[in-house]
Amino acid sequence: MARRVGICAVAQTTYQRDKWHERFQGMALEVLEPLLEKTGLDFSEERGIGMSISVSDDVFDARTISDNAMTDVLGAHMRCEEKVAQEGIQALYYGLAAIQSGHVDVVLVLGHCKESQGQSRNMVTHLAFDPFYTRPVGLDFTAAAGMQAQAYAAASDVTDDHLAEVVARAGRMARMNPATPETAVFSPEEVLASPMLADPIRAHHAYPVSDGAVGLILAAEDRARDICTHPVWITGVGNCMDSFFLGDRDLASNFALKKAAARAYRRAGIDTPRDTFDVIEISDQFAYQQPMWMEGLGLVEEGRGGAWIAGGGPDAMKVNRSGGMLAGNPLLLGGLVRAAEVSLQLMGQAGDRQVADARRGLAHGVMGPAGQFHSVAILERD
Amino acid sequence: MPSDFDTSDCYTIPGKLALPYTYFAGRVGSRFITTLRDRHKIMGVRCDHCDMVLVPPRQTCERCLRDLSDQWCEVGTRGQVENYTVVRYPDRHQPRPVPFVLAMIRLEGADTPIVHLLEEIAPEQVVIGMAVEAVFAETTTATIRDIDHFKPCDS
Repeated sequence: MARRVGICAVAQTTYQRDKWHERFQGMALEVLEPLLEKTGLDFSEERGIGMSISVSDDVFDARTISDNAMTDVLGAHMRCEEKVAQEGIQALYYGLAAIQSGHVDVVLVLGHCKESQGQSRNMVTHLAFDPFYTRPVGLDFTAAAGMQAQAYAAASDVTDDHLAEVVARAGRMARMNPATPETAVFSPEEVLASPMLADPIRAHHAYPVSDGAVGLILAAEDRARDICTHPVWITGVGNCMDSFFLGDRDLASNFALKKAAARAYRRAGIDTPRDTFDVIEISDQFAYQQPMWMEGLGLVEEGRGGAWIAGGGPDAMKVNRSGGMLAGNPLLLGGLVRAAEVSLQLMGQAGDRQVADARRGLAHGVMGPAGQFHSVAILERD
Repeated sequence: MPSDFDTSDCYTIPGKLALPYTYFAGRVGSRFITTLRDRHKIMGVRCDHCDMVLVPPRQTCERCLRDLSDQWCEVGTRGQVENYTVVRYPDRHQPRPVPFVLAMIRLEGADTPIVHLLEEIAPEQVVIGMAVEAVFAETTTATIRDIDHFKPCDS
């Protein structure tokens, strides 16, 4: 049987609109130092961190192979360093695999992203499209989301009023999260009055631009119990990549998320996911995604996301107590921050947003236009 | 930024990523583009195994992994709007001043819609299911924009 792998410590910066006065290396250091302090680890060959996995995006960083510029912060001089340029929760998988394979016992995961650095986040995501068929018509992740939101509105009971409540709640939750000090708190009426961005997505439905960094320490079971009191075990992971062309997909079907969730549930031994999780963190880059992804995860009845919101489902199921992505995390870090948040909850370190006695949680990440690529991780404590 | 943050000796450097590049369209993509450019015909590929006509064409069916590179078939220059959004945020990568409509259009004979501009109609008049036809560009760019846009037509 594969070795169990535990998350032993979590650290993050705040997520704020424009950290012009911080280099990305500085943001990373702000995460590394508390991780070393909490765990007592160092980078020694024998008992220290055996592998560092950075999460960064070259276009957001505006430099190729941007991890080269931060080897000191990653403890990577003369050592084993890897880079994940996908959505950050993939680094959790990578570290899990490295430890389960027996190659290393302790892994540092450290992601950073400064969305503010580029003039336009949409110009960055525009570059995800091919130069012949899709880039010439101006596609970016916001426009693609607009089409998916349209398809989901037609296939579900979710209305503009429901989405206004999702955004208003995210603002309220963010108030309890010290990592999101700048998040705007809108009333549902203010959300409904905000102008259209990419119909039916309104300006206030979109996650804010932010800068920040987040990190985790992963360790094999025997080391994890030495390093911390309550390791958070990674008991199941799954991901799934859907088609590249939007027209090849059924945008309302949640195809990739259903597959990703099924894989994670199977590995975690979960037969009936509903009512299984004490805390749930999902990557809602746009308001419609919160009910849609919950349906795709099999946690809300298909097509009934609106009734779920109206019935107080997000509070009852402890969804995005952190405020979620709507409260602001950089695109690249969405799922990794979700995993960090669930870990804090399971460690009992979630402060004002703590869910009492949380023992099992789900973290979700998404990347690519209109939810092309989904990842699900199941986290548990003893 | 903390309110007491000292901004002396804090200098920001303006930069720009701009890299001219050349990108091979692939043999299948090249034929699609040159047929569109020279003959104003829109080509797809047929996967007999999956019983689907795929537009844009591609060398391999991603579902069954069969080679489709000689399975060409012509699809219509007219089609139906299956989905759309109205882009209302201006940005430098966009092909038009906002607002403009991006629609998913399933051409006659195709199973997969393509994303393209829908014009000659007010955004609020667009409805799912409406019939549209291609308007070809006067000047070629050797991309999908050799169709300049789609416009409403009689069904």
